[in-house]
Amino acid sequence: MEFAELIKTPRVDGVALHRPFMPTVEGTLCLTGHHLILSSRQDNTEELWLLHSNIDSIEKRFVGSLGSIIVKCKDLRMIQLDIPGMEECLNIASSIEALSTLDLLSLMYPFFYRPMFEVIEDGWNSFLPEDAFKDLESMTDEWRLSEVNKDFSVCPSYPPLVAVPKYVDDDTLKKAATFRHGGRFPVLSYYHKKNGMVMMRAGQPLTGTNGRRCKEDEKLINATLRPGKRGYIIDTRTINVAQQAKARGGGFESEANYPQWRRIHKAIERSNILQESLIKLVEACNDQSHSMDRWLSKLEASNWQTHVKEILTTACLAAQCIDREGASVLVHGTEGTDSTLQVTSLAQIILDPACRTIRGFQGLVEREWLQAGHPFQQRCAQSAYSNSKPRQEAPSFLLFLDCVWQILRQFPCSFEFSEGFLVLVFEHAYASQFGTFLGNSTAERAKLSLPEKTVSLWSWVNRPQELERLTNPLYEANSLVIWPSVAPQSLLLWEGVFLRWNRSSKCLDEAYEEMGHIIAYNKELQNKVNSLRRQLAQLETEDPLLQSP
Amino acid sequence: IEHIKGSSVEKLSLTTTGCPLVIQCRNFRVVHFVVQRERDCHDIYSSLLRLLRPVSYEEVYAFSYNPKQNDQQREEGWQIIDLGAEFERMGVPCDQWQLTNVNIDYKVCETYPRDLYVPITASKPIIVGSSKFRSKGRFPVLTYFYQEKKAAVCRCSQPLSGFSARCLEDESMLQAISKANHNSRFVYVMDTRPKLNALANRAAGKGYENEDNYSNIRFQFVGIENIHVMRTSLQKLLEVIGTRSLSMSDFLVGLESSGWLRHIKAVVDAAIFLAKAVTVEGASVLVHCSDGWDRTAQVCSLGALLMDPYYRTIKGFMVLIEKDWISFGHKFADRCDQLDGDPKEVSPIFTQFLECVWQLTEQFPQAFEFSEWFLLQIHEHVHSCQYGNFLGNNQRQREDLRLRERTHSLWAFLMSEKQNYLNPFYSPAYSEAHPVLEPSTLPYHFKFWRNMYHQFDRSMHPRQSILKTVLTMRENNRKAESTLQALEKVMQRQEEDDDDDEQEEVGEEATESTDTERTVEGSSGTESRKQSYGELEGTYNSESAKEEPAVVSLEFGVARMTC
Repeated sequence: MEFAELIKTPRVDGVALHRPFMPTVEGTLCLTGHHLILSSRQDNTEELWLLHSNIDSIEKRFVGSLGSIIVKCKDLRMIQLDIPGMEECLNIASSIEALSTLDLLSLMYPFFYRPMFEVIEDGWNSFLPEDAFKDLESMTDEWRLSEVNKDFSVCPSYPPLVAVPKYVDDDTLKKAATFRHGGRFPVLSYYHKKNGMVMMRAGQPLTGTNGRRCKEDEKLINATLRPGKRGYIIDTRTINVAQQAKARGGGFESEANYPQWRRIHKAIERSNILQESLIKLVEACNDQSHSMDRWLSKLEASNWQTHVKEILTTACLAAQCIDREGASVLVHGTEGTDSTLQVTSLAQIILDPACRTIRGFQGLVEREWLQAGHPFQQRCAQSAYSNSKPRQEAPSFLLFLDCVWQILRQFPCSFEFSEGFLVLVFEHAYASQFGTFLGNSTAERAKLSLPEKTVSLWSWVNRPQELERLTNPLYEANSLVIWPSVAPQSLLLWEGVFLRWNRSSKCLDEAYEEMGHIIAYNKELQNKVNSLRRQLAQLETEDPLLQSP
Repeated sequence: IEHIKGSSVEKLSLTTTGCPLVIQCRNFRVVHFVVQRERDCHDIYSSLLRLLRPVSYEEVYAFSYNPKQNDQQREEGWQIIDLGAEFERMGVPCDQWQLTNVNIDYKVCETYPRDLYVPITASKPIIVGSSKFRSKGRFPVLTYFYQEKKAAVCRCSQPLSGFSARCLEDESMLQAISKANHNSRFVYVMDTRPKLNALANRAAGKGYENEDNYSNIRFQFVGIENIHVMRTSLQKLLEVIGTRSLSMSDFLVGLESSGWLRHIKAVVDAAIFLAKAVTVEGASVLVHCSDGWDRTAQVCSLGALLMDPYYRTIKGFMVLIEKDWISFGHKFADRCDQLDGDPKEVSPIFTQFLECVWQLTEQFPQAFEFSEWFLLQIHEHVHSCQYGNFLGNNQRQREDLRLRERTHSLWAFLMSEKQNYLNPFYSPAYSEAHPVLEPSTLPYHFKFWRNMYHQFDRSMHPRQSILKTVLTMRENNRKAESTLQALEKVMQRQEEDDDDDEQEEVGEEATESTDTERTVEGSSGTESRKQSYGELEGTYNSESAKEEPAVVSLEFGVARMTC
C-alpha cells in the first residue's frame, strides 16, 4: 500500500495553529506518510512535527468556509488547526484519520525512521535476559536459566529464556505451564539480595470449578521456599473476582494444595475499568469551566487516584513480605500481564536501589514489562480521547509510571532520573519513532525483526546529551529500601502528565532550572576548593624539598 | 506541648490498657495518651480542661515566657516593625493622602489603630459622620497605596444603611477617596460577602451601599462566606482527614463536601479582582464585609501581596500581617480562642489567609523570599500565645495589657531564625520582572496543604525534602565561596614568599562541611514506620497493630510535672 493513496491533500497554505499557552503560528500544513507538519517558513519559529500514530482522534468544526480540526493526541495534548477552505479541511481530516489508524505494524514509522544520531550502544542488546541472569548468578546458585520456551511454544508471551529454580526440570515447567493462564508458569521476577527472598510472577492457576490441581506447579513454587519457611501469594484480584474466574476455568491456589503459602487478595482493577478511569480523568482535567466542587467530584468519580493508591499499596505489601517478613512472594492476577507486572515492577523500585537509576529503570521496563509480555500494542493503541469502543486498551503502564512518580515525589533525592524521563517513556509507549514498544511480546518482536529493522528507544536515551537532560540533579545514591506513604493525603495528581497542556509551567520550570544552577554551582565550588587544597598540599610537600639543601 | 495550644480534650471509654485521653491541638496535632488508672486520667482531664481555657490574660504563657533577653533587647524586638515607615514606603502621606489624628485616643473607633490615613479632602466632621454610619465606627481608611497609579486600597465595615438610610458624610467620604485618584473616575466598592448575607443584614439596619446614593462608585459582591461557615468547613475537613485508613474516594469526597478549597479559591479570586482593579485599571477600591476585620483583612492583605513584591519578602510579610491583621483589629483573641470565650466567635480566618499565601507560593516558586516553614511557624505562634503580638483583639486592648513591656515579639524571634525560613528558589530578579502576580484560580491549582493539616503525621510526608536539601546546599555554597577566597589568598602568599614556613590552615572547618553531607531524612526505610500496607494478619504476622496511634503510657507522676 502506498501512503500517497491515503493523502488526499498533501499541503495547504495559510493554516493557523493554536496551542495552549503558545502564540498562534500561521504557515503551511503538510501531510507525509507518517507526519503532520506545520511550518511557518519564517526564521526562529519552530515547526510542528506530529506523528500520525500520536493522534488519538480528531474533531471537525466549521464556521462559514473556515474549517477547524482539533487534533487530540495520545500524549493528551490538544491542538487546533484552522484551515481555509471547506474541501481542503475535509480532505485533511479524512487523510489524518486514515493515516493515524493504520493497523499494519510493518507500516509504522519505526520501520522507516533512520537515526540522525550516532548509536553508541544498541539498546536492543542492552538488556538481554542472559545478562540479567549473570547478575543473579553472582548472588546465588539456586536458579537456572531455562530454554524451555526457546520457540515460544510453552508460553507465547514469555521470552525464550526464563529464570527458574535450579532443581526443577523443563518437563515440570511444561506441565506447570498447562496449569497456568496463557502458559505463564511461575518464573523469577526479583531476587532480594539482602535475605535471599524472591518474588515470582505467573498467570492464574487453571483450577476451574472442580478444583483441578497440578503437582508440578506445586513442586515448582515450593522449590523456591527455604526449608520450614512459608511464602505469600498475592492475588491482585478480590476474592470475589477470583471466585468468579473459576467458572471460566481460572481460579486461585487453594490452602489445601498449597499449605506452605498464604494467599492475600487485593483489588486492582482490570483493563477496561482503568481505561474508562483514564478517559474520565482527562475529561475532568480538560474542562476549565469547573467550579471547585465539580472538579473535586469529577476527580473522585474518575477513580484514577484510587487505582494509584491500590496499586502502590499492593506493591508495598509485596515488598513488605519480602523485606520485613523475610518471605518469598508469588504475584498473579488473571493473565499475569497487567496488574501483576505493576506490582512486581513497583516492588522492585521500592526494594532495589539499582532500579532507581536511569539504566536500571530501563532494565526494569525491559524485564518486567516488555520481555514479561505486557501487550503494549493492544494496551496503548488508543489513549484518553478515543471515540471508538475500547477493545484491549488500558493504561496499565501509565498507572505504573504514575506510581513511580509518586515515589519519586516522596523520595526526590533517591532517583537518578527526573520526572521528565517518566514522561518521555510514557510518550514513547504510545507513539514513537523507535521500535521498543511495538508488538505485544518478545515472540512478536522477533517475528517482526524489530531489533534488526528499527532503532531502540534506549539507543537514543543512552547518549551523554540525553542522559544529562534526564538526570535528576538532586540524586544521591540511596542504598536503602524506600517505603512510600500511601495515605490519600500523600498521593498527588500527576500534573506533569495530566495538566501538562492545561497550565503554564513556566514558573515551575524556571524554579527547577534555578535548582539546577544551585546544584551545579555547588559542584563547581567543591571542585575548586578541592583542587586548590590539593595544590596547596603539593606546595607544602614541595617546600621542604626546596629548602632542605 | 504548651497548654494553650490544645483546643479540646476528650476522654474516651476505658480500655484494657488504661484510659485513653485525646488532645486535639490548634496546630492540627492530635495526641493520644493512655493513662493506666482511671482516677488519674480523670484528674489530668479536669486539670487540662481548666488549663486549656485560661480565663484571664494573666494566665497566658506570653507573660511568663522568658527567652533570656534584657529589656533593651525586648524593646528592640518590638521596634522591628514600624507601620509609619511602611506608609512612608508606599508614598504616604502625599498630596492626596494625609495622616489624621482623629482616632488618637480611640474615640472615633476603638478597634482601629491610633494612626490612620485618609484623603486630604476628608475633614474631621466628614470622618466622624462617616464613622457613625459604619458598623463599629469602622469608617473608610487607607490600607495600601499603589504609587505607580496613585490608586488606593481602603477598608471599612458595612454601612448602616438598612433599607433606605443614607449619610451625606459617608457619601462625601467616598467622594473624597474617589477624588484622590485622578486615574479613574470611579471607586470600586467590594462587598466581600455573598449578596444574600448583605441583604439579610439590611433588616438589622445594616447593609451595603446603594449605588444611587453614591456618585462614582461601582459596587460589587464577591461572595466569601462568613466565619461560621468557615469554622464548620474546617471542622468537616479535619474530621475527614482524621479518619483512620481513609480511602482515596472518601478523602476526595470529604475535601469537596467540606468546601474548604472552594472558600480558599473564593478569597484568592477576590484578591485577584482587587489587584486587577488597582494595577490594571488604576482605580481605587474600598473593601468591606460586615465588620471589616475578617474577610476584609483577608482580601486587602492578599491583594497587596499580589501587587507589591515587598510583601513577599520575610520582613514585608511581617509588616503586612502587622498592618492588615494586627493593627486594623482582626480579633485574634476571639478567633483563636485565646481566653475561654464564645465558641461561636472562633474561626480559622487567619489560617485561611496563610493557606491562600501557600497556594500562591506553589504557583510562583520564585516569587517569595520565605518558604512554607515561615507560614507554618507564624501559624504555630498565633496559637501558642508565647509571644505578645497576637494577644487581644485590637491595639487598644494590647496597650491596656502593656504587651510591649511584659511580653516578647514574635517578629524578633523569627528574624533571628531567618535562615530557616528562606526559600532557596527566591529570585529578586523575578519579582522585578513580575511585580504583580497573576495567579490562575482554575480549581486544579488548589491543593490540599498537607504540611499544615498533617504537620505532625511524619509518615505522610516526603522522606526527603527538596527544600531542605537545596537550602543546605546554598548555605554550603556560601561557605565554600569564603573558603575559596581564603585558600586563594594563601596560595598567593605561598607563591610570593616560598620560604615562609608559617602557613595558616585557612577554612579547614568550612571545607569540611562543604563535603556534601546531605541527610536522607528519617534514614528512609530503616526506621520502622507507622504504616501498614495491608492485611498481614494471622499466624505469622507482627505488623497489623501498626495502624494504632502512637501510644504513650504516662505515669501519673510525670503527668503531674507537666501540668
